[in-house]
Amino acid sequence: MEQNFVNMLIENPWIAALIIVVIPLVFVVIYALIAILGELKIASFVQERLGPMRTGWKGTMQPVAEVVKLLQKEDITPDAADKPLFNLAPFLMFAAAFAGFAVIPFSPYFLPAGIELGLFYVFAIGSLGVIGLVMGGWASNNKYSLLGAMRSVAQIVSYEIPAAIAILSIATLSGSLNLNVISDNQSGWFWNWYIFGGPGPWWKILVIPFTLGLGLIYLISTLAETNRTPFDIPEGESEIVAGYHTEYSGMKFAMFFFAEYANMFIVAAILMLLFFGGWNSPFGDFLNQWWMQPVWFILKAFFWVFLTIWLRWTLPRLRVDQLMYMSWKVLLPWGFVCFFAVSLFVMLK
Amino acid sequence: MLNYFKNMWLGVYTVLVGLRLTLIHLFSRNVTVQYPDERYPIPPNARNRLYLDPELCDACLRCAKACPVNCISIESLRAVPGLTPPLKNGDKRNLWVTHYEIDFAKCCFCGLCTEPCPTNAINTTTEFEYSTTKREDLIYTFVKMSDEEKKEKEEQLAIYQAEQKKKKAAEAEAKAKAEAEAKTKAVNETKNDN
Repeated sequence: MEQNFVNMLIENPWIAALIIVVIPLVFVVIYALIAILGELKIASFVQERLGPMRTGWKGTMQPVAEVVKLLQKEDITPDAADKPLFNLAPFLMFAAAFAGFAVIPFSPYFLPAGIELGLFYVFAIGSLGVIGLVMGGWASNNKYSLLGAMRSVAQIVSYEIPAAIAILSIATLSGSLNLNVISDNQSGWFWNWYIFGGPGPWWKILVIPFTLGLGLIYLISTLAETNRTPFDIPEGESEIVAGYHTEYSGMKFAMFFFAEYANMFIVAAILMLLFFGGWNSPFGDFLNQWWMQPVWFILKAFFWVFLTIWLRWTLPRLRVDQLMYMSWKVLLPWGFVCFFAVSLFVMLK
Repeated sequence: MLNYFKNMWLGVYTVLVGLRLTLIHLFSRNVTVQYPDERYPIPPNARNRLYLDPELCDACLRCAKACPVNCISIESLRAVPGLTPPLKNGDKRNLWVTHYEIDFAKCCFCGLCTEPCPTNAINTTTEFEYSTTKREDLIYTFVKMSDEEKKEKEEQLAIYQAEQKKKKAAEAEAKAKAEAEAKTKAVNETKNDN
């Protein structure tokens, strides 16, 4: 399988590498703007409002206006802050989120870095974001920032374990850690997706409940990892102001913002690659041409983003103890049960 | 243990119920009215800014008396009967309104001024968007006679009053004359009787 179409088109490896890096960056910025608009509009439609209507056609330029506003704002560094760490934290967080794109295959012909351990890499680099988060919270020298960072870290660290188990089960099922190979395994109709047990003999029906459960476990854990609503305790206006980014303003705040949305897309992409067939069309060869595959991939990922926004305006937040109960007493044991079932299935297949 | 499974089931079930509810609202009609572009119809009996028809006002001061916050101020001048056009509805005009103003910074939109008005000259309208940056701009002058006009009217009144005085004096004289005549007549009659 060809790894990258840019390498085929351009001879010079340096220019090709630059283009490969820039494509996801441009994509992240555009996607973040769309996601912000989606967040505003879906929020208001759920509450039967209209949302922003004045900027551009039906308010579609609102996220652009917001980003421009953030860029113009004064960049404040508190006197008591640890300046190098304070300035490094948003950069580190965005870099960690952006580095995840290195192994996300938008189509079989576009995989920025063709490493075999893609799944492992994306999980490892995703955890780097936690360091940026706690760094920002600590260096701000503000009690709310510190408390918010601690809550955030406690949450992300606990929820990484069920997510890892879900990923591990799919790795056993597919026998590979290369995300492109995992996607390729699920080609064909949608019943070949790993959420429906992957390709296999008819008695794979027995494993479907477990893979469905794994999908649900991974979905819930990623919600917590990206600090989305039922699990958004790192922020809390009435308790700890804005959490770890209380002291940030202007461009640095925008970096945190973009990192959060980029993370959202990464986990959406991973969910789609692992459970929902990645860049494959759900209907066999129908619309499965090379130019349609990235569209399928982005559409599927956007569906997940829509789901998280939809969930945000549906559910209240969990208490901290409920959060821990959910992770350690519900998701983790059931994750293990599903893992064993899937492993047994793979052994017998 | 049973409780554990029950909790888990409830967790999944209530989330699905909530998602269904928000999905219904997501696709239902939005209730927002885009205010400056579109607006709610205002009922015709709404009590907003007042309007005075100067052609109907007879300066009876009933509205000013009814006003609980004293925001209406009226100045008036007596009208000369022969030279004065009637009011718009055909009634006789007794007084000229020389100055009529309402201070909407004070007005409380109670509508009490419209009730005692005998000619329905003062009325509430549906107009409510008239905010200004200066308080003076909220003082609305509905009638303001120019000085010349006022002077003319005053002169007319003075002439009329002088005429009236003369007339009265003449009348009084005539009356006195008549009385005196009657008296002398009576005296003469009594004389004749004797």
